[in-house]
Amino acid sequence: MTDPNLNKLPGGFKGMSTDIGSDQTAFKGVNWGKAMMWIFLLSDTFVFSCFLIAYMKVRASVVDDWPYPSEVFGLEVAGVPVPLLLIAIMTFVLITSSGTMALAVKYGYEKNRKLCGLFVLLTAIGGLTFVGMQAFEWSKLIFHDGVRPWGNPFGAPQFGAFFFMITGFHGTHVSIGVIFLFIFARKVYRGDFDTGRRGFFTTMKSDYVAIEILGLYWHFVDLVWVFIFAFFYLW
Amino acid sequence: MLDDINKDKKHSSPRTKSSSISGGERDVDYVRPADIPDQELYHGHSFLTKWIFCQDAKVIGVQYTLTAVFTGVVGLILSWMMRMQLGFPELFPFLTAESYYQMVTMHGMIMVVYLLTALFLGGFGNYLIPLMVGARDMVFPYVNMVSFWMFFVAVVVLMASFFVPGGPTGAGWTLYPPQAIIEGTPGSGAGILLMLVSLSLFVIGFTMGGLNYVITILQARTRGMTLMRMPLTIWGIFTATVLALLAFPALFVSAIMMTLDKVLGTSFFMPVMMKAGELLAYDGGSPILFQHLFWFFGHPEVYIVALPAFGIVSDLISVHSRKNIFGYRMMVWAIVGIGALSFFVWAHHMYVSGMSPWFGFFFATTTLIIAVPTALKVYNWILTLWRGNIRINVVMLFCLGFIVTFVNGGITGIFLGNVIVDVPLSDTYFVIAHFHMVMGIAPLMVIFGAIYHWFPLITGRFLDEKLGKLHFWITFLGAYSIYFPMHYLGFIGVPRRYFEMYNSPYMPSTIGMNEFISIAVFVVGAAQFIFFFNVVKSIRLGKPSGKNPWKANSLEWLTPDVPPAHGNWGEKLPVVHRWAYDFSVPGAKEDYIPQTTPPSEVIEAEVEKT
Repeated sequence: MTDPNLNKLPGGFKGMSTDIGSDQTAFKGVNWGKAMMWIFLLSDTFVFSCFLIAYMKVRASVVDDWPYPSEVFGLEVAGVPVPLLLIAIMTFVLITSSGTMALAVKYGYEKNRKLCGLFVLLTAIGGLTFVGMQAFEWSKLIFHDGVRPWGNPFGAPQFGAFFFMITGFHGTHVSIGVIFLFIFARKVYRGDFDTGRRGFFTTMKSDYVAIEILGLYWHFVDLVWVFIFAFFYLW
Repeated sequence: MLDDINKDKKHSSPRTKSSSISGGERDVDYVRPADIPDQELYHGHSFLTKWIFCQDAKVIGVQYTLTAVFTGVVGLILSWMMRMQLGFPELFPFLTAESYYQMVTMHGMIMVVYLLTALFLGGFGNYLIPLMVGARDMVFPYVNMVSFWMFFVAVVVLMASFFVPGGPTGAGWTLYPPQAIIEGTPGSGAGILLMLVSLSLFVIGFTMGGLNYVITILQARTRGMTLMRMPLTIWGIFTATVLALLAFPALFVSAIMMTLDKVLGTSFFMPVMMKAGELLAYDGGSPILFQHLFWFFGHPEVYIVALPAFGIVSDLISVHSRKNIFGYRMMVWAIVGIGALSFFVWAHHMYVSGMSPWFGFFFATTTLIIAVPTALKVYNWILTLWRGNIRINVVMLFCLGFIVTFVNGGITGIFLGNVIVDVPLSDTYFVIAHFHMVMGIAPLMVIFGAIYHWFPLITGRFLDEKLGKLHFWITFLGAYSIYFPMHYLGFIGVPRRYFEMYNSPYMPSTIGMNEFISIAVFVVGAAQFIFFFNVVKSIRLGKPSGKNPWKANSLEWLTPDVPPAHGNWGEKLPVVHRWAYDFSVPGAKEDYIPQTTPPSEVIEAEVEKT
């Protein structure tokens, strides 16, 4: 920091814009795909925010009572009702899969093909487990408790509507993620990122940064789940 | 930055190096080495991969433009039919109240979303972004291609709604529930469903394209192209794309929720309702929630259309008055500021919706604040023209037309932004006049100006100037004949969206005026076919333009081939040394200095220092 030219740099607001704008790239050294994923996630954040804000608005304004979540989402274990049991397990599985994803990214950057592939695969299995448990939860609510998008026996009809829409939309995100995780597990095992094998659709080469990009998406889906969990099950 | 300053010291002080750089030889590399490797491209080999599923942003841009213009022609024909009814009611028996509402709805949605948004961002964005920032293509050409085909499918679905039982939706382009999806509204069955599906597809397709535009601008610029050297066109398209990426989610969510209300019978937006004495199954939903979601999209949407127009018109004015843009940095910050503010004004569309008046107070304040950066831009355009070497060609005529219509529409916007003035004017023809002036005619003027400006780049030929001037004058004077009287109609209280109002005894003056407006609409609509004829004729027979016919500075005119080939730049990417506005520089040989001109060639000239 002894460069005398440093003093000639503009300061304040103008300095901020020069800092961002004067290089060839706005995010220095950031891969195109990674930057794109970040911006996409920002956009997707707005999608989920709109869903959740609409949910809060309606929940605050409905005239009927809102169903009591810890009862609706409870399970009976050996005759004892345990509130939020399934959701706790689901959340645990999903958060754990975020951990395995982080390890996959680490081994990817170490170019450790086998371990990277293994952890991508584990993440995919975690995601699949989550989707499976969600399917179980949905079928319990639909067939056992009689919850429908247009009404339910517990209270406000919007409960079922918002529940199925928001968890369904999140579940779709998880499912898409799981599909990509399986595809990328195969690509990693096959050594696509070491040999520079070209993509089937895009005909472009890729490398292990793809795993990090996939990881960004996966962590985002987990983070969204935390918010859904808090607003839907704990409120 | 530090390197730049060092280099400035070494090379750009006049005279010091003049002996070593005679003849303008580019022996010194003034700009830092590239941060990013050269882009690898997929070159199509068959007709299918070259022209249909093409990954070249320029072809995709043309595809977007043609598809958007097609929808625009449909929208134009719909407006003709609407005006037939309003000007000469009962003359055309096929125009029923139901079909009138369907036309209003489809006209609005097509013009705002499928024409203007797709044309500015998909069309101009795809064509100009890689060329103007000096990239070989968009960063992810494959995704870009999918983006267009998603848009294409969205258009097909939208057009399909004309042919389903019950016809397209007639809920008004705002699609307000509950009436949009309950029986009694035209097209409340398949029509509204196809509309919602089409909008969702549009948003998905746009997101793919939009991510490409943003990342290309942020991460794939060529060497030396700093953000503050980008042409304002790029700034406008960039900011509009960011707005779109953040605003379309609200439209997407509201479309999904209304689809569920329609298909599954949920009650997100549907309150308790009686129909013909019977209670409907809906219960406890909130129609106002839809309005908030819709306008959280809807207001930024205005600027998604306006900001690219602002940017493009700045460049056109600068080039055709041979003067640097006045207050470039101000212009950039105004674009960014307008973009940011546009997210805090949405409820000014809802003053009469029954929301809290305090809410209206807040939104009136934020709305009026937007007038500040907007007015600043208008002053800057005028100051750019001031004492410039103005060429009154078709491009400049459209730019001047834009400034006039935009100021006109902006001033009526100040009326409508204030709650107390808006309440009596709300849902009258004053509103119609306002938004057609400000986001219909004004951006269209820019689109036409831009097409006359960039047509030589795309085809290598000029559009015909005489036909262009005819097109301009009919369009400009015609647009005023249409919308100026509508302000008056609004003041005397003629409500919008009414199929028929002649039986109202207190407004006899509307009869003649409506006939006049309708005739003007027929003429202006027909004049657009002069333009289409001009385009078709000039593609084959136009005057060859050669390279850089307007003597512009920005990179898109400096490609080795005209029209630019796939990959844009041949062997070597251009290197940028200055902003795009070095026109009429004192001491320079020519009245323009292209962005790639190194400092050594202009040592006598007083050029911009960055």
